[in-house]
Amino acid sequence: MAEATKRPNSLTRNLTAKIASLPMIATALVIFIGCTLWTIYHSFTRSRLLPAPDKWVGLDQYERLWNTRRWLVSIENLAIYGICSLILSLVIGFTLAALLDQKIRGENVFRTIFLYPFALSFIVTGLAWQWILNPQFGIQEVVRRWGLESFTFDPLNNADIAIYGILIAGIWQGSGFIMVIMLAGLRGIDEEIWKAARVDGIPTWKTYVFIIIPMMRPVFVTALVLIASGIIKVYDLVVAQTSGGPGIATEVPAKYVIEKMFLSQNLGQGFAASTMMLLSVLVVLIPWAYLEFGGKRRG
Amino acid sequence: MVDATAIEPRGPKPKRAFSSTNIMLYGTLLLVSVYYLLPLYVMIVTSLKGMPEIRLGNVFAPPLEVTFEPWVKAWAEACTGVNCDGLSRGFWNSVAILIPSVAVSIAVASVSGYALANWRFRGSETFFTILIFGAFIPYQVMIYPIVIILRELGGFLGIQLMGSIWGLVIVHTIFGMPILTLLFRNYFTSVPEELFKAARVDGAGFWGIFFKIMVPMSLPIFVVAMILQVTGIWNDFLFGVIYTKPETYPMTVQLNNIVNSVQGVKEYNVNMAATLLTGLVPLTIYFVSGRLFVRGIAAGAVKG
Amino acid sequence: MGGPHTSEDIEIEIPGTSSKEHSVSIQSLDLSFGAVEVLKNLNLDIEDGEFLVLLGSSGCGKSTLLNCIAGLLEITDGQIFIKGRNVTWAEPSERGIGMVFQSYALYPQMSVEGNLSFGLKNARMPKDQIAERVARAAEILQIEPLLKRKPGALSGGQRQRVAIGRALVRDVDVFLFDEPLSNLDAKLRADLRVELKQLHARLGNTMIYVTHDQVEAMTLADRIAIMKDGIIQQLAAPSEIYHRPVNKYVADFIGSPSMNFLEGFVQDGSFSGSAVSFPLVSYDFSRQDFTGAATFGIRPEHIVTGEAVTAAPVQLSVPVSVVEPLGADTLALTQLGGDPFWIRMEGEATVRAGDTLSIGFDPARGSLFDAQDEKRI
Repeated sequence: MAEATKRPNSLTRNLTAKIASLPMIATALVIFIGCTLWTIYHSFTRSRLLPAPDKWVGLDQYERLWNTRRWLVSIENLAIYGICSLILSLVIGFTLAALLDQKIRGENVFRTIFLYPFALSFIVTGLAWQWILNPQFGIQEVVRRWGLESFTFDPLNNADIAIYGILIAGIWQGSGFIMVIMLAGLRGIDEEIWKAARVDGIPTWKTYVFIIIPMMRPVFVTALVLIASGIIKVYDLVVAQTSGGPGIATEVPAKYVIEKMFLSQNLGQGFAASTMMLLSVLVVLIPWAYLEFGGKRRG
Repeated sequence: MVDATAIEPRGPKPKRAFSSTNIMLYGTLLLVSVYYLLPLYVMIVTSLKGMPEIRLGNVFAPPLEVTFEPWVKAWAEACTGVNCDGLSRGFWNSVAILIPSVAVSIAVASVSGYALANWRFRGSETFFTILIFGAFIPYQVMIYPIVIILRELGGFLGIQLMGSIWGLVIVHTIFGMPILTLLFRNYFTSVPEELFKAARVDGAGFWGIFFKIMVPMSLPIFVVAMILQVTGIWNDFLFGVIYTKPETYPMTVQLNNIVNSVQGVKEYNVNMAATLLTGLVPLTIYFVSGRLFVRGIAAGAVKG
Repeated sequence: MGGPHTSEDIEIEIPGTSSKEHSVSIQSLDLSFGAVEVLKNLNLDIEDGEFLVLLGSSGCGKSTLLNCIAGLLEITDGQIFIKGRNVTWAEPSERGIGMVFQSYALYPQMSVEGNLSFGLKNARMPKDQIAERVARAAEILQIEPLLKRKPGALSGGQRQRVAIGRALVRDVDVFLFDEPLSNLDAKLRADLRVELKQLHARLGNTMIYVTHDQVEAMTLADRIAIMKDGIIQQLAAPSEIYHRPVNKYVADFIGSPSMNFLEGFVQDGSFSGSAVSFPLVSYDFSRQDFTGAATFGIRPEHIVTGEAVTAAPVQLSVPVSVVEPLGADTLALTQLGGDPFWIRMEGEATVRAGDTLSIGFDPARGSLFDAQDEKRI
């Protein structure tokens, strides 16, 4: 049989598999690498309405970016939102998971309640909380009618605390997801660890703090990376809940980029701002990848 | 009490239903549940009230007089700019975007995951690594070049991609690929390798093994992927607003335009009805699929 | 894809080589994964109708070798012939082999019938012929009542029968078994072992069988190939391997409990160890005038106790530390020169820990190994 003795050529071997993988290869190379490099390159040009690859201006766009108040506010907001949402998501997520892990009745009901916001879009989330936090009719007004006349809680009107209004909504939407991940992590822990701790007479909370949490390090790292990558993408929530207001009090980098690119037709600024976003992701991602994969290779 | 009379402990240890621990435990859970349920409750009651009642009462009060008027208005009459045909247009746009996007993205990703799991070739792992890291690149970095690609590709093929539903299908396929490919790859890797070997001895090739062996035994993971994609694509706002035109805006974009439009008097009840309408599809999927939804997001996330 | 192959620099057929006469012939096979060499210059010829067992501990390369024969692994160098045909580059399905896997690897969503016929359908065999083949295999393996069931509804033994059936319907010359009985419990394993032997007798195919279980190897094989680190240590009939192991590794691997080893020195046809010395009068030397450090090995079952001791050429007394009554026979762990020394006695033996036991053996039944290269002397 001629077929049987066909020499497997390294290029044509598994040819079908290679052809079938073309969309994936194209996505990886053209979109994830190609488009990213394209944007980075154009952030050094004086692109305005159209990309202008031949008008090289060096770091001008970045200089301008870091002198724009709106960008600085965006960064500040991202930092506040990021740190708070990271801590709160992890704490709330883990606490809820630990509570649900106590062999309680109605675990499914509680889990369904905590997780359902995650099925909703940020637009729906933002609009719902916009309504609840509305100072005219929302929580502030209700509490005042109960008799606390001086009660003030109007994050969406007060520029100083507006970003916390977004935070409340963001936590509401995403913490259930972190809980699910944590719960999966807790369930993945060997039952015998708990038996051993019980035989040794270690109190439950101590077991969690000194044994379980350290064992769940990979789960925490995963949750951390997921939250962090979600934070940088915050866009729809702000658009729906405050449109960046009051004033520019709740602007975020992602929104800055979109508006520079598609509304104010200042592509160069958009490219520079998005490159900064990429940079901040890399700051988080590279150490994580190093710990996660570099460590494994050594071990 | 029975155990009071017994001298020797015997039989099951008596449990107290209202121990302080239990009160704390369930108390906390119930309190937290209020926080999570409140917005849904407020949205529902608001959407069932008339505007005069909203202006008088508080947001938490149940409606004195239930009216479905706001729902009808949100669906059929609410205005965005010049159009006043309600959210129904956005709903049908979203459906038209959803069906091909889910089908194409899952088809492409499942084949890629299968190739990565069972037919590794030189460089396949590198492409996969790029893909996974690509999932962390902010969309903003790639959005503009994709606009150009869609425009050029559309011109080359002689069809309009930019601004049309098919352009959006491509975008959803691209950005759904990392998580879906990971999901499928992990699943197919967990299928015993011997099964794959046996099929090869039986003379089945790439597509034969995929369609006859792998797909039939991975229906759960296809359901998980579908849940993931339907909710994800339905909830998308960013790509919808950038890659489509007002006539083809998906529901989320239209919802935002209705609620946050500056013109006219704010009709909070209509807004909330519209918001609920938009959330209805993913919520239904969530409540119906329950465990699979949880399994999907957990599997996709923990292993990633 | 029947186009002309483009590589002219490599010859394909080697006419007139000995490979034609064998059922399966492997010639200077190399396999490396990156820098790791898994199989090294491996040669193996298997006769037509032979039952060959590849035996070794995990990681020795036995399953890898089987996968190479099946074409499921790309080899790095060398050639594989099946029925005289060079199949080195052939697809698994084109090699004329059937394969049975440890985990059965039944397609879970297909019925038993579907599992049996899948390969034939892929080969585009006419329907009536498929039905005929399936019926015949089902009859041979007595799985006719199961044909419509899904694998999930079968017991372990039934599944393994179906898996064998899948190889059977292909009507091939060579059957490959990859630890087919390892997932079964002990009783079922013994039953299926007998059935496999009967099947081989009935079909007369060449069978290559990978296992780490020496009982399976000893009972089933015409010849056993013992592998270690990707190299065949010894290829011989079971009794030859048992009685004349070529090196210390093989001697140690076969037999349970393993062979007892005594370190010592061989000079002028005598062995002198720290605890015992004896002349090697009737020992069948492989290397006649050997002098130097050596290891003497003797199997626990070749040591005699009780009245037979008086007739044994070597006699000594050893303290008993542990006794393991197994019913059919009794194992005693004793000390000889500070080293553990196992003795197998009859089941009724009344020895207790703490006793001193008189034992004897015939050096001719033992094996001598060079202490340097551990090869048989």
